[in-house]
Amino acid sequence: MTLLSNILRFLSGDAQADRVVPPTGFTARLTVFASAAMAFLAVFALAFSLATGRLADRWGDALAKSATIRISAPADQMDAQLLAVTEILATTPGVKEARPLGEDEQRALLEPWFGPDLPLDRLPIPRLVEVIEDDEGFDAAGLRARLAGEAPGAILDDHARWREPLVKAATRLRSLGLVAIVLITALAGVVITLAASAALSANEQVIRVLRLIGARDSYIAHAFVRRYTLRALGGSAVGTVLGALALFLLPSAGAEGGFLTGLGLQGWQWLWPLVIPPFAALVAFLATRQAALTTLQEKR
Amino acid sequence: MIELEQVAYGYGTGTLLSDVTMSLAQGSFHFLTGPSGAGKTTLMKLCYGELVAEQGSVALFGQNVRDMQRDDVAEIRRRIGVVHQDCQFLDHLSLAENIMLPLTVSGRALHDPSELQELLAWVGLQQQANAKPPELSGGERQRAALARAVIMSPDVILADEPTGNVDWDMSVRLLQLLVELNRMGKTVVIATHDMNLIRSAKSQVQARVLRISNHQVTAAGANL
Repeated sequence: MTLLSNILRFLSGDAQADRVVPPTGFTARLTVFASAAMAFLAVFALAFSLATGRLADRWGDALAKSATIRISAPADQMDAQLLAVTEILATTPGVKEARPLGEDEQRALLEPWFGPDLPLDRLPIPRLVEVIEDDEGFDAAGLRARLAGEAPGAILDDHARWREPLVKAATRLRSLGLVAIVLITALAGVVITLAASAALSANEQVIRVLRLIGARDSYIAHAFVRRYTLRALGGSAVGTVLGALALFLLPSAGAEGGFLTGLGLQGWQWLWPLVIPPFAALVAFLATRQAALTTLQEKR
Repeated sequence: MIELEQVAYGYGTGTLLSDVTMSLAQGSFHFLTGPSGAGKTTLMKLCYGELVAEQGSVALFGQNVRDMQRDDVAEIRRRIGVVHQDCQFLDHLSLAENIMLPLTVSGRALHDPSELQELLAWVGLQQQANAKPPELSGGERQRAALARAVIMSPDVILADEPTGNVDWDMSVRLLQLLVELNRMGKTVVIATHDMNLIRSAKSQVQARVLRISNHQVTAAGANL
């Protein structure tokens, strides 16, 4: 409650005290622009991080619970081997569901590469069996051994070979997104510190006068800090709105959509950008306060 | 109120003030004189805590400046009104806002808004209340600086060359204002090299003249 009342008191301010610091055009515009630009970038970094997180989860969850058995056999042995595989899977612990893909499904898989007129019945295409695991999962090594003995043309692909690097890549990308947010925050702090320091230097006369008439350091610092905090808050709010709008206008992810079309925020994730303006204001508050107190300490 | 004991101060390798011992009692009136560059402004700055003596001690209202925290110095400056030759205003504020500034920064307000009008009338600036400092003449700025210096009802007024940029009539008028403040019990110190101003004060106030020469401060009342 005390913190909230302090924040409200800080934001409402003292109109007379605010007027003590003259409006400084260049540093004001620099702070607002830098805050807006950083917030805009932060929205994208946030969306990138959340999207890669979703991707890692999706790949991890979906692929970890499924496997594929590919049967490559002469045409006259295909049905027998398919039957053998189906029987093996029916008696394998950990297999929740096993289903041979139909001709239409196989055609749909190959269509993006070979076009719609693919003569599937005349090509030696392997048959695919989709395997869904239960919560406990199956013993891949044991299943491979049984398949080798009873259906020599069947090869088990449990997706582990390419799932792991994909999940690892997505997880790394999520980390990079977070690093980008940290860097953007640090850069915002640096830019606002420089702007505040420039304003303090430009207002040396103001500080001298205020000192002369008995103003305390905290009063002088507060006048600068409040102004820069509010500028950062305003600038970052504009940047956040523009960033969110740009994300909103991205093409939606359809069935054919890849990673880029899934970059936008989803559901409750749209609340995350709301954190950016107050966070930017907090960074500006800390950066300006430190710059002001350091500058004032150097002068008696 | 202000006590200097064997104070020394210099810039770089040069000594400006050496072994300065002086005391400013409540209600006293002092002229501080000496040639340009003798150290009048430096001595004034030592008297309101902007500078700290390299040697010796400066006590303001019983507190040694060297031992003061920064907030203590700010508090002390609210009891010392300072008028500079170059005035030093905030140019983006009106004259009235500049005069009220000491109250603003200390979180106080006038008991009665008419007090500001009385103060402006006292320095003859009622018509200029809303003007910005750059729009004022040198004399008007000096009178405004004096009004700002007294609005907190300080115990001491330090005026550093207050008549340096104004004509003789305005110098006399400023002197009269400072004499009036002294009659109200304020301690007044005027740094000036204008001997005519000092002589003209003789008939109005019992003033003590302090002269800076050869880095030392000596009483020079008998030489007026």
